[in-house]
Amino acid sequence: MTIFNLLAQQLVNGLVLGSFYALVALGYTMVFGVVKLLNFAHGDLYMVGAFVGFLALSGVSGMVGAGWAGVGLSILCAMVAVGVLGVAIERIAYQPMLKAPRLSILITALAVSLVLQNSLLTMTNGQIVAFSPKLGFAGINLDGVFINYKQIVLAGTAAVLMIALELFVRRTQYGRAMRAVSIDKDMCELMGIDVNRIIAVTFFVGSALAGAAGTMAGAYYGSIWYFMGFLIGLKAFTAAVIGGIGSIPGAMLGGLILGLLESFGTQIPGIGSEWKDVFSFSVLILVLVFKPTGLLGQSEQERM
Amino acid sequence: MPGPGPRPDELRSGEPRPDEPRPSVWGGLTRYLDTPAKRTTALAAILAFMVAAPFLFGPYATVILTNALLYTILALGLNVVVGYAGLLDLGYAAFFAVGAYTVGILTTDFHWNFWATIPVAILAAVVAGVIIGGPTLRLRSDYLAIVTLGFGEIVRISARNLEITGAASGISGIEQPWLFGWHIATQTDFYFVFLVLVVIAVVCSARLANSRLGRAWLYVRHDEDAAEAMGIDRVRVKLAAYVIGAIYGSIGGVFFAVNLTAISPQSFSFQQSTLFLMAVILGGMGKIPGVILGAFIVVLAPELLRDLGSFRLLIFAVGLLLIMLFRPSGIWPARRGGR
Amino acid sequence: MSNHLPGALLKLTDVTLGFAGNTVLQAVNFDVPGESIVSLIGPNGAGKTSLFNCITGFYKPQQGRIEFAGTQLLPLKPFQVTRTGIARTFQNVRLFREMSVLENVMSGLHCRTHVGAFGAILRLPSQRREEADIRRRAGECLSFVGIPAEEWERESSTLAYGHQRRVEIARALASEPKLLLLDEPAAGLNSGEKQELVRLIARIKAERGVAVLLIEHDTGLVMSISERVSVLDHGLMIAEGTPKQIQADPKVIEAYLGAEDAEAALAL
Repeated sequence: MTIFNLLAQQLVNGLVLGSFYALVALGYTMVFGVVKLLNFAHGDLYMVGAFVGFLALSGVSGMVGAGWAGVGLSILCAMVAVGVLGVAIERIAYQPMLKAPRLSILITALAVSLVLQNSLLTMTNGQIVAFSPKLGFAGINLDGVFINYKQIVLAGTAAVLMIALELFVRRTQYGRAMRAVSIDKDMCELMGIDVNRIIAVTFFVGSALAGAAGTMAGAYYGSIWYFMGFLIGLKAFTAAVIGGIGSIPGAMLGGLILGLLESFGTQIPGIGSEWKDVFSFSVLILVLVFKPTGLLGQSEQERM
Repeated sequence: MPGPGPRPDELRSGEPRPDEPRPSVWGGLTRYLDTPAKRTTALAAILAFMVAAPFLFGPYATVILTNALLYTILALGLNVVVGYAGLLDLGYAAFFAVGAYTVGILTTDFHWNFWATIPVAILAAVVAGVIIGGPTLRLRSDYLAIVTLGFGEIVRISARNLEITGAASGISGIEQPWLFGWHIATQTDFYFVFLVLVVIAVVCSARLANSRLGRAWLYVRHDEDAAEAMGIDRVRVKLAAYVIGAIYGSIGGVFFAVNLTAISPQSFSFQQSTLFLMAVILGGMGKIPGVILGAFIVVLAPELLRDLGSFRLLIFAVGLLLIMLFRPSGIWPARRGGR
Repeated sequence: MSNHLPGALLKLTDVTLGFAGNTVLQAVNFDVPGESIVSLIGPNGAGKTSLFNCITGFYKPQQGRIEFAGTQLLPLKPFQVTRTGIARTFQNVRLFREMSVLENVMSGLHCRTHVGAFGAILRLPSQRREEADIRRRAGECLSFVGIPAEEWERESSTLAYGHQRRVEIARALASEPKLLLLDEPAAGLNSGEKQELVRLIARIKAERGVAVLLIEHDTGLVMSISERVSVLDHGLMIAEGTPKQIQADPKVIEAYLGAEDAEAALAL
């Protein structure tokens, strides 16, 4: 394999990986925008999405088979289920805490994350569950660079979801209200905007995206387990920060950049897959220390 | 900048509220322990009980209790970071690892005397605390939580990957120390060593809480900007808390390593960090007796709930969530000395 | 107005501050002499609190210089500014709510003392002496502003509003400043309390040798206590002088009331 082929292969891998990161990062960034909270449990919503997708696939495979249609339906189920879960979490756990000291709501978010993780841990007894849709291994071969159909469809689905999100944010009333709330929540309340409703919608959409990413990742990698949300949560946070927390295009960009960085990074001699995570975390720390506003975020000059 | 403080319409002029009694380190128990004599008696009784415990409860219980004492030390250390200074540290196990691996490497690879490794472990903790805390303590609290988590993972993964830390199998065959002819080797021996460490940790924590630095932590936690306006260097104050917490963690790690004579990266995972955090919050809410209680709950409950297996972790998580929802002010020590 | 008063304690030169397209302060030149009482007045939104925030280091102006007792303040962080000898109170009382009155005032002494973790853990005699000293000096500041000893151990949020304002002043005085910035110290006070405030400010200057710069809307109070008055409007310093000069200045009258004739608004 020539160097070019190697790099091109990593490019493909990186873009696919990056689209998962982007989908999860979007949820992080949207929620942060409206309630100024890093939802620590967000990565675990991705995990729940994977399990819901798995159950959905088992359920519908009788009717439509476990191929693309089955996977597509599973993704939809996961999106709805996780979206609802996200809203429930917001109503039950976060809303009462918005006026409490900052430390309290952070710990609450951590508690929610642990409840989700440990629930699935108990249910699966810590076992890795195989997720095997019948998607086949076929693909196209571009001059020695092999791109399988799974990658194309999943990356494509992610792209469709992101475009849909962009349209939602820019063209609909809800979307505009969301942006308004993220700029000045109190002013929105004074202007009669139902801020609680907007927050609920934001959580729904952000969680649904994470749920979709979870199902897709499960189908892509072929296995799911209760702890898979932990790492993705950190990576998605890194992606959101790289792009600029609070910025939706930033999250998309950050996700792709991180995916590419990781893919190419594993090719650097010495790093390999063992140190991949350390590499990503180091990127996170460096970005936060040297450019906390990320690439597309606004700088926070707050008034006293 | 954080919130603007109370608005004039929120303040009442005229009606002062009646005085509330100021609790001491004993927290809510001061109702029953209202004289110094009573408190001293209570302390003596507790200590006597703890000294007698190995003989009362047998060897298996001694191991469990030793573990509870270890968790107490670590929870007290994390309490300085979270409870006093209000910094959410989700990677505290990293300092635990620093101490354990320092001892492991120096005694097995370089054949140092155990007691000489302790200052090195403390130094390593300080260095780690400064490296991690220095650039990150100025970040807002959400980011800090995730960054500390990231660092915790970096430490664990490094321990798992590097040769010098024994890679995934860790370090074994750590020699147990001698102290003036006494070979500290049996479970009972370690129980008493940890008991002494806990007493030291408690005394240090109590003294720190009631000091100039302890007050500075409170000022910064209550209102960072007002504290800064009073001339308090909030980054330095936070860093002090972080480094002190790191030292507690490292000492815990040191003695953990020689107790078990073998360490591996699994002991220093994120789950471990969350267990320490739960100990600080569950029973404790930032106050010293509460933190001790929390540590004991976290260690003893799995023993009592043995049959439930991994379900018990879920119970802990739900418990944490319920506490946060229904007693959030609990982790906010209201008054000086109540820690 | 671009010449500085000789020997001024605090000198602002051409300070310009903007946020997201708005210019909050425009080329402001401003002095406070040592041991004087100066008032900064102006319509709402003129930029007065922003000026305070520039002095204390919370905002960094895009242009200009601020010099205090020979030290350039702009490169300093807020806590360093306080250590050079500037203390402040806030528009909305910002005491440490769940801490006692005495502890609040003790916070001012943090930057004037130095025992750290070691001393605390070892309880050295020097540490115990310093702790007693801190309590004593805090108590002195509280007595100075007139808070009786019975209130010192109470949680600060339980005090009457007027007393809370005084505790905030005591807290600022505890850091031994040479310049005290008071942000609307009379807001919410009744007329008796305002009289006491006037006396207190006079004593702060006379007995402690501290210069006082206040932002205030109560023109009666401003006129009765100030040696100099500076008027800020839309970020521009439009007038400076003695209270009498300001009262008669047509630019000032216009700033407060548009083009209407309303001497009554500035009358005592």
